[in-house]
Amino acid sequence: MQKYKCQVCGYVYDPDIGDDSSGIEPGTAFEDLPDDWVCPICGAEKDQFEPTDD
Amino acid sequence: MQTYEIKKDIYWVGAVDWGIRDFHGYSTYAGSTYNAYLMLDEKVVLFDTVKKEFKSDLLHRIRSIIDPEKIDYIVVNHVEMDHSGSLPEIIDIIKPEKIICSTMGEKNLKAHFHREDWPYHVVKTGDSISCGKRTIQFIETRMLHWPDSMFSYIPEEKLLISSDAFGQHLATSQRFDDEVNETVLMYQAQKYYANIITLYSPQVRKLLKSVKDMGIEIDMIAPDHGIIWRKDPMKILNAYEDWSHHRGCKKALVIYDTMWHSTEMMAKAVADGIESQGVNVQLIDLSVNHRSDVMTEVIDSKGICLGSPTLNNGLLPRMAGFLMYMKGLRPTNKYGAAFGSYGWSGESVKLLNKAMEEMKFEIIHEGIRVKYVPDHDTLKLCNELGKKMGEMVKAGCERE
Repeated sequence: MQKYKCQVCGYVYDPDIGDDSSGIEPGTAFEDLPDDWVCPICGAEKDQFEPTDD
Repeated sequence: MQTYEIKKDIYWVGAVDWGIRDFHGYSTYAGSTYNAYLMLDEKVVLFDTVKKEFKSDLLHRIRSIIDPEKIDYIVVNHVEMDHSGSLPEIIDIIKPEKIICSTMGEKNLKAHFHREDWPYHVVKTGDSISCGKRTIQFIETRMLHWPDSMFSYIPEEKLLISSDAFGQHLATSQRFDDEVNETVLMYQAQKYYANIITLYSPQVRKLLKSVKDMGIEIDMIAPDHGIIWRKDPMKILNAYEDWSHHRGCKKALVIYDTMWHSTEMMAKAVADGIESQGVNVQLIDLSVNHRSDVMTEVIDSKGICLGSPTLNNGLLPRMAGFLMYMKGLRPTNKYGAAFGSYGWSGESVKLLNKAMEEMKFEIIHEGIRVKYVPDHDTLKLCNELGKKMGEMVKAGCERE
C-alpha cells in the first residue's frame, strides 16, 4: 500500500505499520485514516501529506 | 538586577546575551535575548526560562521581585534548550505545583530531561487556567517552530506571550519596540523569520487566520527573543502575513561563488541586466556574505539567479552549502535562473537548476555555461538573461 510523507516534519506513514500512538491498526490505508488524524510527530493535518516511495 | 514591568504585575525576567554570534549556523551579529515573564496573581506564574548559562540572571531578576519558591506554575511554551535549558535547576528551586505544557511539550520535556516525576499539566488549544484576577488561554502552535510550541494569551491584559514567533535575535538594554531603531528591529525580525520560520509558512498563515477568526484582542506581543511589541503589534503580524506568502518586492538577487572571476563576471552582467529593468538587485558573493544574511534577502525577493563554477564535477562547496541551507528552509514563489563557468565537463548549471526545481522555483531560462573565461558575446547573453529576469520580476510583482 502507498506510503505518505509529512511535508512538515518528514514523518512517513506506512500503512503496514499503522500508527500505534493514535490507535491506528496496521493495514489501515492512508485514505482510511480518520479526518482528524494528525501526524504523530509534529501534529500536521492529513492535507500536509504527500505520497512517497521512501 | 534590572527588571521591567511590562504590564501591571507582569515582569520581564529574562537574560540578554550580548556575546552570541552564531546560533547553530545563524549569524547573530547583534546578540540575542532569552525572554522569560513572571506574572504575580493569586497564582504566581513563570513563562519559560532561559539558556542554562543564564540561569543566575533569571533567578536574580525573579528574586528582586518575589521569592522564587512562591512561583506556583511554570508554563513551558517551547522546549528548545534556549528556553528550557535551566529548567531542571529552576524546578528544583521553585518546586512548582504545575508545569504547564502542550501534549508534545510533555513528550519533549521527558525526551530532554528524563524526569517522569515532574508535575506535568497538559493543555490543548482552547484550554484556560485561572490564576486569580487573570486567566491564561493556551493556543497550540505545533511546528511553529517545534512540535511542542504554544502561545499563552492573557485576555484581561490583551497580552500574547508568543514563544519563538515574532522574535528577533537582538541584544539591547531596551525592551520595547518604541524604544529602539525601527529599521534595525524590522531587519532583525525579517532575518529571524527568514532563517527560522520560512519552512513553517503554511502554519503561520493558518495561525494568523485562526487568531483573526478567534477575534482575540492583542495590544502587546511578548516573544521569547528580543523586543516586545507594544507600540504597534499589528506591524509584526502584518509583516508575518507578507513573509508567510513569500511575496517579492520587485527585487532580485544574484548569488554566486567564483574561482578565477569568470562566474563573477557573468554575475555582474546578469545583475546589470536586472538593474536595467528598474528592479532592485543585489549582487551577493558567497565568499563574503553569511548564508543567514543571504536568506534574509531571499525571503522578499521574487527572482533568484544562482552562479557557480564547476569544481570536481560538482558545485563549489560554499554554493552547495548555501543550497542545502536554503532548500531546508523551503522558500517558494520565486523565479530562478543559473549560470557558471567550467573547465571540462561543466555540471554546475544543471545542478543549480535541479536544486531550484526541487524548491519549485519557476526556471525562466535553461541557464548559461561558459568554458573558462566569458567573452563579450557571452556576457551579452548573461545581460539578456538578467533583463529577462528583471521583466519577469516586475510583471510577477505587479500581479501579486
